[in-house]
Formats: sequence, C-alpha cells, structure tokens
Amino acid sequence: MNQVTPNPGEQVVIPKTALQNIMDALKERGYDLIGPTLREGAILYDHISGVEDLPIGWTDEQSPGSYRLQERSDERYFGYVVGPNSWKRFLYPPQTKLFSTRSNGDGFEVIVEDQPTPNYAFIGVLACDLAAVKTLDRIFIEGDIQDPHYSKRRENAFILANNCTEPGANCFCVSMGTGPECRGDFDLAMTELKDVFLVEVGSPLGAHMLNGAPWRLAGAMEVNRARQALAEAESRMGRTLDTSDLPGLLLDNLDHPRWDEVAQRCLSCANCTMVCPTCFCSDINDVSDLTGQETERIRIWDSCFNPDYSYVHGGHVRPNIRSRYRQWLTHKLASWIGQFGTSGCVGCGRCITWCPVGINLTEEVAAIRGEV
Amino acid sequence: MTELNVQSVLSQPLQTDAMLPEVAMISAVNPETPGVATYTIELQKQEARENFRFQPGQFNMLYLPGIGEVAISISSDPAKPSELLHTIRVAGNVTSAIDKMGAGGTLGVRGPYGSHWPVETAEGGDLILVGGGIGLAPLRPAIYSVIHNRDKYQQVSILVGARSPEDLLFPEEYDSWRAHDIDVLGTVDRADSSWPGRVGVVPMLFYSLRPDPRRTTVFTCGPEIMMRFVVYEALARRIPKERIFVSLERNMKCAIGFCGHCQYGPTFLCKEGPVLSFERVEAFFNVEDF
Repeated sequence: MNQVTPNPGEQVVIPKTALQNIMDALKERGYDLIGPTLREGAILYDHISGVEDLPIGWTDEQSPGSYRLQERSDERYFGYVVGPNSWKRFLYPPQTKLFSTRSNGDGFEVIVEDQPTPNYAFIGVLACDLAAVKTLDRIFIEGDIQDPHYSKRRENAFILANNCTEPGANCFCVSMGTGPECRGDFDLAMTELKDVFLVEVGSPLGAHMLNGAPWRLAGAMEVNRARQALAEAESRMGRTLDTSDLPGLLLDNLDHPRWDEVAQRCLSCANCTMVCPTCFCSDINDVSDLTGQETERIRIWDSCFNPDYSYVHGGHVRPNIRSRYRQWLTHKLASWIGQFGTSGCVGCGRCITWCPVGINLTEEVAAIRGEV
Repeated sequence: MTELNVQSVLSQPLQTDAMLPEVAMISAVNPETPGVATYTIELQKQEARENFRFQPGQFNMLYLPGIGEVAISISSDPAKPSELLHTIRVAGNVTSAIDKMGAGGTLGVRGPYGSHWPVETAEGGDLILVGGGIGLAPLRPAIYSVIHNRDKYQQVSILVGARSPEDLLFPEEYDSWRAHDIDVLGTVDRADSSWPGRVGVVPMLFYSLRPDPRRTTVFTCGPEIMMRFVVYEALARRIPKERIFVSLERNMKCAIGFCGHCQYGPTFLCKEGPVLSFERVEAFFNVEDF
C-alpha cells in the first residue's frame, strides 16, 4: 500500500503543477501565502494566491546598481534570484506598533493591544534568505531578551524553501557558507528540475502539506540530478568574498584610505540597509493624535547611514559618510560575528544590486585586503 | 550577593515585554547646577516599586509620550532602591520636557539596564573615581556603595571637574564623603574670584595622587575627551587597563540590544556597557568618528 504522507527527511517528487496542491493545503490550513511575484518592475515577495501569481518564465538580470526583468526562454517557476525586498519585511515589518498611551488626567496609561499574528507561508525561500531568517532568529529570539513581535510571527511561519540552481551575477552565498542548498530549518525544500520538483520533507507539518499532492518517493536519478544542479550552481556564483579573518582585517584597518575613497562614491542613501535581509536596526517614534491625548509608539526600520542614527547630545558620533559606511561594513562582516556568532552577510548580493552607484562590498573588502 | 561579572549583567526588566514602560511620577525636583536637576521618581505600581533593584552605574529609559525616550543613569544609592534618583542635564527634547514638567509630572520608566561599576572587584585596594560635569551622576551610586563598605577599601579618591565653580555637581555632599576618609579633589576649567581651588582639566588631578598601580582601580565618567586623558594618566601610572573602567554613551533607542544604535564595535553599550574596562574598548577608543 502506498504511504499517505511522506516522512520528514524523505525526498519526494511532484509534478510542477502540484505546487498548487501544496499552496491549496496551506491556504486551507489558514496560511497567508507570501511568494515571489511580478510587481513594480521587479520580483517582490508579496501576497500570492497560487502558482499563477509566480513569475513563471521570468528572470532578473542583476549587476552593481542595476536590476532588470527579462523573459526567459523556458517556463521555469523559480528562474530568478532575489529582489529588493526580503522575508525580513514579513517577520520584522518596517513599522511595528509597540504600544500606545492615553492621557488620564494626572498622567497617562500604557495600553497594549493584542495584535493578531499573521500565519505566513513563505513560498520559495532561497538558501541565502533562509540563512538570513536564521540570522534574525539569533538577534530577536536566541538572545537574553526576546522580541515578542518577531518571535510570534516566526513561530507561525511555514517555510517552503527553494534550493538555488540559478545563481545571479551578484550572488556569493558559497563564500558565505549559506547556499546554494537549504540546510535545515524548513518545512519543505524544493529543487526545481526540468519537469518536476524534488521536495525534501523537513517537518511533519511539511509532510502533511503534501497530502493532497500526487507525490512519489524520489528515485536515485532525480536525487542525482538535483545534486548536480546544485553543484553547477555552486560553480556559477557571480561573485566571491574572501572571508578569512574578516574581523581582524576590517577592525584592524579602521584608518584605511579605502574608507575615504568609498565615501566619495557612497551617497549614504541607506538602500543597502533597507534591502539587506539581516539589517535589523530600528528607531522608535511617537505618533500623537491632534489633541496629544493619545500617542502610538512605533518601531520603524532605521539605518546606520542616517546621520541622526548616531546623534547624542552635542552632535553626531559619525558625522560623515566615511564613518557611516565603515560602521555598516565593519558591523555586517566583522563585529556581527562577535555579537551573534555568525556573519551579518548571507551573500545574497542585494546591497550590490540596489546601490544606486553600484558599490560592491566584495570589491571593498578586496581593496582593504590589498588585492585590488 | 552582587553580580561580579561586569560584562554580562542581565537586566531585570520591570515588564515581560521589555519595551513597555512602567508609569512613574516625579515626586520631587532638586536643582543642582545651571541646567541640571535631580528628580525623585516613584514608580506608580507598588509591586514595581518594591521589586526595583539596580547596580551602581546602571541606567533607566525615561519616556514621555509624544516626545520620546532617553537613557539616563541612576544617581541614587543602590542600597535604597525605593528612593530612585536621576540627575539630568537639559540637553534635548525629552530632558527639556522633563525639566518643564517638574514635580508631579508623569513619565514612563524602563530598566534598569546595562553593566555596572565593579565595586566588588575593586575591594581590598585603592579606588579612584573621576567624574567630569554631569559624569559624576552615574558615579554617585558607586560612591554610596563604597561608603557603605568603606572598610573593604584602602585609599579612596574622588576627582571632580566642571567647567566653572557653579557647575560642580553635588558640592554639598563632598564633606560627607570626606567624613568617610575619602579624598575629594575638585578642579574647574574656568574660575572666578570666589574659587579658591584648582583651575585646570580633571585628568590633571592625578598629579596630586600617588596611586599604587598594584592595587588601584579607576572608574571614570565624563566627556569622551576627558576620559581619554584620564585613561592616559592612569596608564602612565602603570594602572593596568583591565582595572580602568569608563562609562560610554551612544544613542540608544531600545536598551535591549535590538535597535543597533549603541554599538561600539562588537559591543552593545546598552547590554555589555555602559561601564566597560579600558581593555575592552582600547581598540576603538582613539578611532575618529567611531
């Protein structure tokens, strides 16, 4: 008799159209599907209702400071890498209401509203982005203090991961040790082959979502084809970053002339931090009603490139672009390791693509290493 | 037992969601120097009031709805946690609003946060506390702790500096500190005819001391440029860098290591700081715009 549900750890094969069955099962279970879709001239992660919303047959051509959609010659479901937004937007929204206050004669009271936590199912999480989610987990869940907003969203999230077989021109996940293969922390992980998806089951819930799909256990041939595709992807990385002793390299070179040089190009626009799937800095603002009786306390993404980020009474600690770019790069690649035991960079290449002047951090590091 | 490890003192937040403030009232305001006053703060909830404990050098986040939140060191005696004092210099939006509000005003309090002056590890030896301007406020809880355990220390000196004689903080207390066999030396940048004391920057006061580097610990808080020279003077006297402690200040939004603003290299000043040994910050202490 056929198995009804595959077991975690098993690999199965489904026809490509059966991705819809998985999505239907997720929706039936109350999940809000978030996946790649064509929007605003890019492939963004957003609410989707089914496979028809995926950018099937499209790809993204990326280079420093450039992103262009292109039609593909085939009908690949996932023939592209990452766009300007990331799963961070859904787990750690750009704005979060922390609490509100209301005046009550003498003073004020603090009001905490129960905000419903969304049940997101993330469709097509690439290995670099899966590593980014795990990086955010270290910050918001695995430290001494947990962020309740992130924790609840993360706990609810279903992850349909996506092994990357089509790396882009700005990709360097291999250098960062984050891809192209998704390793753990997913409910399901698929590898897109020519006619089918090879799907690895990561959790009982993931297995359950395959119930309605016409799956069969994968054969050695399909497993091998997926292996081969991943090995090829590994050899086709657009970029590399030499990660050997980055903390030593960067923190011992805080006076390197390259910081002055890059400051001539950097606009301090904060794009790199906004598109980065791990940049987590935030500001907290108050929004009051016109009478001043009620105030909402809002956490909002911030960036170390904003001058006010470093403001203390008397002035800005980092008053120029040189010091701000240096803060970003040394944090991302060096001090992050001391803080969270992992690099802040997952090698997704977004900061290179979306930098309006095409600053490429792999080149900046190489320059400081004296290799350029 | 007091916590010995300065580098990883876990905060005991008042609330389970660390971002939620406790409502508190300013019950008294005591003017100190021009632009500086000490505020007595009473947490509204009895339970919060009774459970509040802090270590010398820790800080609270003070919040005014619609205006904002600031990190302010606690300036009172850790042995009397119910008598919570903050000595505040008017510097920005929140501090001027607190100043305008005065006694009877309501504010939000989160805390206490951060590392503390390692008063216990300094026991058995000499202690030099160096405060510049408002920097004496975060040191005062350490001074009280030392006074409570005066017999555990040998020579204790407090070096105080300010811009002018009228800017010297807590002058009415110096004699009571001296009464506990503590040397209190003061200096001002600019004197007037009423000032009989020294003129010059605080680090110069080291020239009046003969510290024994084998047993001396230094705590300093003040403008970074001042602390730089205090550290320099201490190192020049062979005081080891792991026994020189500075209290650093950076922009802080959350105080729990999430907002990123207070980073000092790999260190989050809100969690592992503000009090850090010079050994810990040496690599970055003289880096411009860091």
